[in-house]
Amino acid sequence: MIITAGIDVGAFTTKVIILDGDEKIRAKTLARTGGDLARASEEVYTQTLEQAGLGRKQVDYIVSTGFGRYLVPFRDIQVTDITSHARGILHYFPHTRSVLDIGAQSTRAFKIEPNGRVKTFRLNDKCAAGAGAFLVRVAHYLEVPLEEMGPLSLQYQEPQTISSVCAVLAETEIINHISAGVRLEDILKGAMTAIADQSIVLLRRVGVEQEVALSGGASKNIGVVKALEERLGQRINCSSNGNEGSLFAGAMGAAILGQIRLPKLHKKL
Amino acid sequence: MYIAGVDVGSTQSKGLIMDDERRILGRSLLDTGANVVKAAERAFALALEDARLDPGDIAYIVGTGYGRYKVTFGHAQISEISCHARGAKLIFPDTRMVLDIGGQDSKAIKVGAEGEVLDFSMNDKCAAGTGRFLVMAASYLDVPLEKIGELSLQAKKPVNITTTCTVFVESEIMSHLARGKKAEDILRGMHSAIASRSISLMSRVGIEEKVTFTGGVTKNIGMVRALEEGLEMTLNVGSESHYMGAIGAALFALERATVLVV
Repeated sequence: MIITAGIDVGAFTTKVIILDGDEKIRAKTLARTGGDLARASEEVYTQTLEQAGLGRKQVDYIVSTGFGRYLVPFRDIQVTDITSHARGILHYFPHTRSVLDIGAQSTRAFKIEPNGRVKTFRLNDKCAAGAGAFLVRVAHYLEVPLEEMGPLSLQYQEPQTISSVCAVLAETEIINHISAGVRLEDILKGAMTAIADQSIVLLRRVGVEQEVALSGGASKNIGVVKALEERLGQRINCSSNGNEGSLFAGAMGAAILGQIRLPKLHKKL
Repeated sequence: MYIAGVDVGSTQSKGLIMDDERRILGRSLLDTGANVVKAAERAFALALEDARLDPGDIAYIVGTGYGRYKVTFGHAQISEISCHARGAKLIFPDTRMVLDIGGQDSKAIKVGAEGEVLDFSMNDKCAAGTGRFLVMAASYLDVPLEKIGELSLQAKKPVNITTTCTVFVESEIMSHLARGKKAEDILRGMHSAIASRSISLMSRVGIEEKVTFTGGVTKNIGMVRALEEGLEMTLNVGSESHYMGAIGAALFALERATVLVV
């Protein structure tokens, strides 16, 4: 049986999945990437191997993806984030046709075919608006732990509009809201709606299909998920709790692509 | 007769007192902070103090700037675009264009012979190309804001800053530092980046022969030089440049007060 590893080195977190030929996950790990990308992938990979009870030589093929995919020294091959995410999302949510991936430093929208091929995509990595970095800034301005901002935002009474698109200029607006005595929850709700609206602009450019999935770090934030569903007027496939498909889509897709590619390579040899 | 202009910016508030001979008698500058109404009041009070006058001596007050509607004691509010144009025309009569780089926005204004606004373009959507970009650069590099301009002029091998976003540029700065680049070389790159964004804002309305530079960023000599280099011309800039909005507001106040008296 073929065993593959998918390693998704993101700007903020690194995800590793070890997968066998029955599409069974042997182990998976998520950890902060930090400043040294090569070391991050090495550490998280070693940790995952230990968890799976496997030695390095028992893994047949290693596929890297994500922002730091070229900085995984022990990879066999690398694939782009969009290719891996498309595969991974289909594994977790088979009927998905549009995907929104909100990472720390970039946002992507893409449309996929039933076989996992990417039809069209749009990318924003030029501006923090609509990316996880916007949320990180808002959490910092409001002095709220990142993981608490989603649940808090659901307790809104009179949501405030955050009209600044820019993650930096939003600070002044948020400070003005605070000094005007606006409730924290109401400001947070406004921030969630702002990031939802920004990323939906990108999603509409590729087309919103009947089943939309959310992937990337922002999927952990229930406030973002709810805001997206409200603004889109439809439910989205997302595992903000339960299975972790939304976070591991890239790593999963990479591991699956390894499973597909390796037998083809052997045939050629 | 005495009149006042109060320019409440996103970052700093400026107060200015003028007489009917258009002589500047007093001025003030302070951080706006979170309480905008209070900042407006203090800017007015400090300018009065500087001019050694009392509130009762002032015939007319015009508020301008992003917080102009918070100048609750003002008789009128006028947009900062009109005020910068009018102020620049008084201080530098040859002005044909104003570039105003403030704390959170930037504007290019085409100015007519009488100081009227012919056309303008504005960026208030994105921190790139505004004073905020410089504030962040200073903090990422841990250099005091008032020193970055001078320091940038000492660059020997300026780096090329390719990131537009003020948030993402942090990683670019960090990677330059990690590669051993000097703070002055990075700073020069940051200044050139803002200069080229400002110049493209100006090109949208058409760059004119004589440009007056206004707003808080005029205090930064590195920015003045970077703009002059990019534009290949000398800018009108002086100690009044930071107060141009308030000067223009006071001129409008004078105009209105004169009409009232007549």
